[in-house]
Amino acid sequence: MAAAGSNLPREELLEMYRRMMLIRRMEEQLARDCAAGKLPGPVHLYVGEEAIAVGVCQHLSDRDWITSTHRGHGHFLAKGGDPARMMAEIYGRADGICGGFGGSMHVADFSKGIIGANGIVGGGIALATGAALASQLDGDGRVAVAFFGDGAANQGVLMEALNVASLWKLPLILVCENNGFSEFSPTATVTSGSIAERARPFGVPFVEIDGNDVVAVWQAANAAVRRARDGQGPSLIEARTYRTRGHVEYEVTFITEPYRGEAEVEAWRARDPIDRFARRLREGEPGIADELARIDREIEAIVLEAVHFAEASPEPEPASARGHMFAAVARGVEP
Amino acid sequence: MSRKRMIQAMNEALLEEMERDPRIVLFGEDVKASLFGDTKGLWKRFGPDRVRDTPICEALISGMAVGAAAAGWRVVCHMMFGNFVYTGMDGIANQAAKLRYMTNGQIKLPITYLAVSGGGRSAAAQHSDAIHPVLANLGGIKVVMPGSPADAKGLLKAAIRDDDPVFFLQAAGRGGEPGEVPDEEYVIPLGHAAVRRSGRDLTLVAIGPMVRPALKTAEVLACEGIEVEVVDPRTVVPLDLEAILASVRRTRRLVVVDEARDTCSVASHLAALVVERAFDALVAPIRRVTVPDCCIPYAPVLERAVLPGVDRIEEAVRATLGWRRGT
Repeated sequence: MAAAGSNLPREELLEMYRRMMLIRRMEEQLARDCAAGKLPGPVHLYVGEEAIAVGVCQHLSDRDWITSTHRGHGHFLAKGGDPARMMAEIYGRADGICGGFGGSMHVADFSKGIIGANGIVGGGIALATGAALASQLDGDGRVAVAFFGDGAANQGVLMEALNVASLWKLPLILVCENNGFSEFSPTATVTSGSIAERARPFGVPFVEIDGNDVVAVWQAANAAVRRARDGQGPSLIEARTYRTRGHVEYEVTFITEPYRGEAEVEAWRARDPIDRFARRLREGEPGIADELARIDREIEAIVLEAVHFAEASPEPEPASARGHMFAAVARGVEP
Repeated sequence: MSRKRMIQAMNEALLEEMERDPRIVLFGEDVKASLFGDTKGLWKRFGPDRVRDTPICEALISGMAVGAAAAGWRVVCHMMFGNFVYTGMDGIANQAAKLRYMTNGQIKLPITYLAVSGGGRSAAAQHSDAIHPVLANLGGIKVVMPGSPADAKGLLKAAIRDDDPVFFLQAAGRGGEPGEVPDEEYVIPLGHAAVRRSGRDLTLVAIGPMVRPALKTAEVLACEGIEVEVVDPRTVVPLDLEAILASVRRTRRLVVVDEARDTCSVASHLAALVVERAFDALVAPIRRVTVPDCCIPYAPVLERAVLPGVDRIEEAVRATLGWRRGT
């Protein structure tokens, strides 16, 4: 069926709805947990930006690579990361996906091709370029995707990556999530010109899309991923979106000067990617509402289970804090 | 055994390892032209896929090494000069040093970063830093500092085969130094110090390029019957502390010579460790011969004034041997 004005298969559309909803409900839970003081560290939520991770990752298998950002829960879940183990990680527990060693800003699962969230703005760009090089050397059609924000677009490493990826025709997809803010600074105050067009002088194809439209993201990513798999080199996608929550949860407790108005946030909430998509799905097929409700219930159960799993998991063993710095060290030698 | 230069020995190690393991990729700035000679001929031998010239963009290549290693390749990344590591520091300090730990050991990161390190060639302050203390302090990076051509070859092979990020620091301007290199295949495991000269009066620990002047000093003093034991740690991470402690317990005196700025040098760290672990064995204060906390200057006469040499090492050894409580 051609639901939502696209010609995507119904199953694909429902899967995208399911994944976006999973990210949303997991993060709403994290927001409550943070407010309740249950999380040991900071969390940066992806609420309102879910369409980007989901629309892109639909084209990827476990063997493709992604690098993510400090706002990385959405990418982790969209790429197939386990919700319960992510929750346990953010709770700082031993059964977390990184054993409690990484936390929210470092959720990673290499078995799923998730090189991980990254606490350094722009930090994932070079890693993805390296993974793209590895994929090219392997010659097996794998691709690497670097998700990064508009803030990271101002790091020099983006120019370095565009140059090398274009020069070597690397299977790299650079996905800029322009959410309107570079931490606490509105993008316009710290960014000149167009981010998408920064690809132009490097000969890298680029497109600017509505990042709150999951179908538009799916379509742009489809073209970029195909191009990369076919050995035609990198692409850049600038997805325009909006961060409806703060840079970091609980920022109201320390922000001294408001950096945006409530009317602006409300205007963007009205363009919420999940609400919009659900509306389109229902308009395309009124009977789909039951199915969406069933998915919603399924997601609620997954989130609940994730919380139970995290709460039941023990804290890591303090003595393990020095462990696994290295894969191997000669016996009897101090690392 | 054959007489070879340090850089030739390194070149052989790279060639032999790339022959041995088809999943090694080498990239960096000017690796084809090979201005030092360590990567000479590799491009011709292994082709443009496995041996790649990169643009001058350390921030990218240091991190690319991490991504390629995480994705299953064994990486050799040439950073050229030690000081250029600073522009590539995110890939090294935030990514290479931490990705394995942060992800609970999910991956191995087999990366060998190559760089020349240290002064002595009038290359001035931005090409002459000895960067090993900075790297050693990162925690997740192994740091190799060969003191001879034979060690350079065996340690570089170990570094490439190692599953962790390793910095292999060749002493600047010393690539031409000749030495006897075994003809047969060999690997020197990381983390094993070598006693270069035995002696009962004093332990002289010499880091990397300081091994040579330390041995010369020991030779000079031997004419007076002073027996200095020269210990070469070979790698500062991991550090073979046991070998150093064993020597100090025998000689009861320690001088450490390190071509690093004094503050937070490896010499300082070693002195602290020995005081903590073998205080009872010591009969004199530990002395350090390091670079004063200044930049490395350009003019040869200025540069010689700050780099540790035979004179300063000898003075430190004599002062330590002559030390008496209350004097």
